[in-house]
Amino acid sequence: MTLLKNKKSFKIISLIIAAVMFSCVLSSCSGSSSDESKKLKLTNVSYDPTRELYQKYNEAFAKYYKSETGEDIEIVQSHGGSGAQARSVIEGADSDVVTLALAHDITLIEQSGLIESGWIDEFDNDSSPYTSTIVFLVRKDNPKAIKDWNDLIKDGVEIINPDPKSSGGACWNFLAAWQYALNNNKNDENKAKEFVTKLYQNVTVMDSGARGATTTFVENGQGDVLIAWENEALNSVAEYPGEYEIVTPSVSILAQPSVAIVDGNAEKDGTEKLAKQYLEYLYSDEAQKIIGESGYRPSNKKILKTFSDKFDLNVDLITINDFGGWDAAYEKFFDDGAIFDEIYNG
Amino acid sequence: MDYYDKKQNRSQKVTKYLLIAVSVIFIGVMLVLPLISVIVNSLKEGIEFYFKSLSTEFVTSALGVTVMATLISVGVNTLFGIIASWLLTRFEFRGKNTLSTLIDIPFSVSPVIAGLAFIMTFGRLGWASPVVDWINSTFGTDIQIVFALPGVVLATIFVTFPFISREIIPVLNTVGHDEEEAAALMGAKGLKIFRKITFPHIKWALLYGVILCTARALGEFGAVHALSKTRGQTFTLPLEIDALYMSGSADSITASFAVSSLLVIMAIVVLVARNIVEYRAKKEK
Amino acid sequence: MKKPLKVKHKVRVIPGFGLTMGITVAMLSMLIIIPLASVLLYSLRLSPAEFFGLITAPNVISAFVTSIVCALIAAFINSIFGLILAWVLVRYDFFGKRILDGLIELPFALPTAVAGITLSKMYSNTGFPGGFLSGIGLDVSYSHIGIVVALVFIGIPFTVRSVQPVLESLDGQYEEAAYILGASRRKTFFKVILPEMFPSLLTGFSLALARGIGEYGSVIYISGNSAKNGTQVVSYVIMQKLERMDYSSATAIALVMLIISFVLMFAINIIQIRRSRRVNAM
Repeated sequence: MTLLKNKKSFKIISLIIAAVMFSCVLSSCSGSSSDESKKLKLTNVSYDPTRELYQKYNEAFAKYYKSETGEDIEIVQSHGGSGAQARSVIEGADSDVVTLALAHDITLIEQSGLIESGWIDEFDNDSSPYTSTIVFLVRKDNPKAIKDWNDLIKDGVEIINPDPKSSGGACWNFLAAWQYALNNNKNDENKAKEFVTKLYQNVTVMDSGARGATTTFVENGQGDVLIAWENEALNSVAEYPGEYEIVTPSVSILAQPSVAIVDGNAEKDGTEKLAKQYLEYLYSDEAQKIIGESGYRPSNKKILKTFSDKFDLNVDLITINDFGGWDAAYEKFFDDGAIFDEIYNG
Repeated sequence: MDYYDKKQNRSQKVTKYLLIAVSVIFIGVMLVLPLISVIVNSLKEGIEFYFKSLSTEFVTSALGVTVMATLISVGVNTLFGIIASWLLTRFEFRGKNTLSTLIDIPFSVSPVIAGLAFIMTFGRLGWASPVVDWINSTFGTDIQIVFALPGVVLATIFVTFPFISREIIPVLNTVGHDEEEAAALMGAKGLKIFRKITFPHIKWALLYGVILCTARALGEFGAVHALSKTRGQTFTLPLEIDALYMSGSADSITASFAVSSLLVIMAIVVLVARNIVEYRAKKEK
Repeated sequence: MKKPLKVKHKVRVIPGFGLTMGITVAMLSMLIIIPLASVLLYSLRLSPAEFFGLITAPNVISAFVTSIVCALIAAFINSIFGLILAWVLVRYDFFGKRILDGLIELPFALPTAVAGITLSKMYSNTGFPGGFLSGIGLDVSYSHIGIVVALVFIGIPFTVRSVQPVLESLDGQYEEAAYILGASRRKTFFKVILPEMFPSLLTGFSLALARGIGEYGSVIYISGNSAKNGTQVVSYVIMQKLERMDYSSATAIALVMLIISFVLMFAINIIQIRRSRRVNAM
């Protein structure tokens, strides 16, 4: 009853609180925007392993942009698991361009209406300015003599591999193994299932993301082999000279990280033109070189050749189109109750 | 008889030292060892590298965000803690148990859920997002809640919400409300009662709560992780640590431990403050 | 001295009921209830059958089992060590006691992510004491033991700090009385002190349990998150579902977690209210 009697004061108080909250929010907003003058700001939402690549690229692009237009720009990078990054864009994170690990992640953003359909044809090579592939990282002198996928299913081989349920990169790993099994068993899917079942029985630590898996293998010394992105593996070998070796399997998959303009946000921020230039410049000679140096395979064939000592160019690379595209691959392999659940959860 | 006492004394002593040893070993292995491990790892590349990794733009920005979020959430929660504990200890009403349980909920809610909750409210898919858009378009403001600083602040407030009230409530319960009732009957106003009677009782508990709240706010990770995506702008120190750790190179992992050591130092300062508070409080009694 | 009259239909003498009620409810709704209600709202879009389908999926069930069992074990370990620590800190004087006391809150102050990273490094077989432990065949990192270790780490302040004040207020009178009456030390402890501390021990246990079930940051690095070995915890599965943008599963699991934590906290509150009534009655 007292509550009713005090209804008026209740109302007043709640109003005051609301006002306080609001001004809190406002003040922290203005705090964040005050130091940025009228510089054009571009936010690039990307995934974990590209952190170093885009650090270098952003510098190069800012210089290029300044020389072309005389204007300074600010480029903000955001990194995380590819799927999580796509989700944050859908949920409202600021982003003008996305440069993610899978075309599928960009398709999800497209479905939310933020990216116009047809984005995949907006830039060259299905909007993937660089590619990568899956390799094995093994410890020095390859003590378990791992040469190809079939060595991974031997008893006593411990594999570190991220969870396909949460990591885009891990999906590539799975598909590469699957394709190897198909090739060697006359396309018998049941044999392939058997093969990947054995393979995943040897997985001892399943991290949620590619970066976590690398740390588990390299820093914490777990497992005999890490199934990793080529660029990550190259990175680890460079970081710890003489401690690791890269093994390129006979069959692997051509991973095509994709880029797109987030039309909905860029329109709002007035950065459409800048965003387009930013992604186009990824195909320039200068950028392609940076890409090669960072461990990604440049899409420019000529520049790729100059890195032939770094990349094994003789692997049999299949693409996602061999699986009918990402949507089909997800449905068949990775959705709840699909093949991965079947072979992994028994 | 004498002999019996002596034996008793000896067995007591054995128990005493045994228990002390168990405690020291437990605290040593469980709490101190991780601390040492952080410090050792952070100094792996030498002292120069240590300071260099602390002075990057990202770290200073993250420090600023962390301090701001901590200050605001401590402020808000102090206000709330005092008011709520007054309500919960001085009055009887229906639904009191439920109310106090609701206040305590953030204690046990997974930080992941806390982050999810704010995204489901203010994010692009959330029901309150049109409201925010409407405010922005009518007032020409550019307010963003999630993936911006307000979201970080809100998440920090959320996870530290019950800390202060939980410290004050037991004290107020033990003190009882006779004094306040007497003062009220004599005609004292609410604020005066609080200042003259209640506050002296709760002042140490309040300070203790503030310290706990600060400690927790400094270190919050899970909830903020979901809401903050831009390094160098909305990242807090724990997020910066995660980002460095996830950079994968040996150098950045060492840098990540260096930033961690910053938080460890802050934590130690907070703990020392807590001890001083407790000591003074005991002395006063 | 006359005490203020207590009328049957309670008249509130102390001012500020409406005011404090207003502010409390307003802030609580704005900061806690409304956001959590959004989670509810989302999961209510599911039909009951869908809802149960999602939360009874094998990996979800296994995650719940892992989280709850590991949190129970950790809370139990914490209760024992919490009791010992509280006892040592209240009853004994020794060198370094203040430091020991001060260290208890450390897990509060150390970011869970830092704790997770450090613990997984320490207990992996390249760290100390992980290398030693794996030498004797005990793998801590990337196993259930690792989860328990992380949960013991984050839960210890709850049990110590719940028991400590009660132990302080016990004052030794009880024991003396019991002792004089001829009870042995052990008997005194188990028959007099322990029952007296039981409610607070239970509070500490439940707090550590509640915290442990939902824990994320410190666990995910050390657990290995293997569905096969059952080392995925609930928070991880929620995150996993979110990465897949499977909001319905994520919110459904979150709802179950919310109910669990509400029930636990409600129980804790009742224990505490009972206790404070008893204290007041004395």
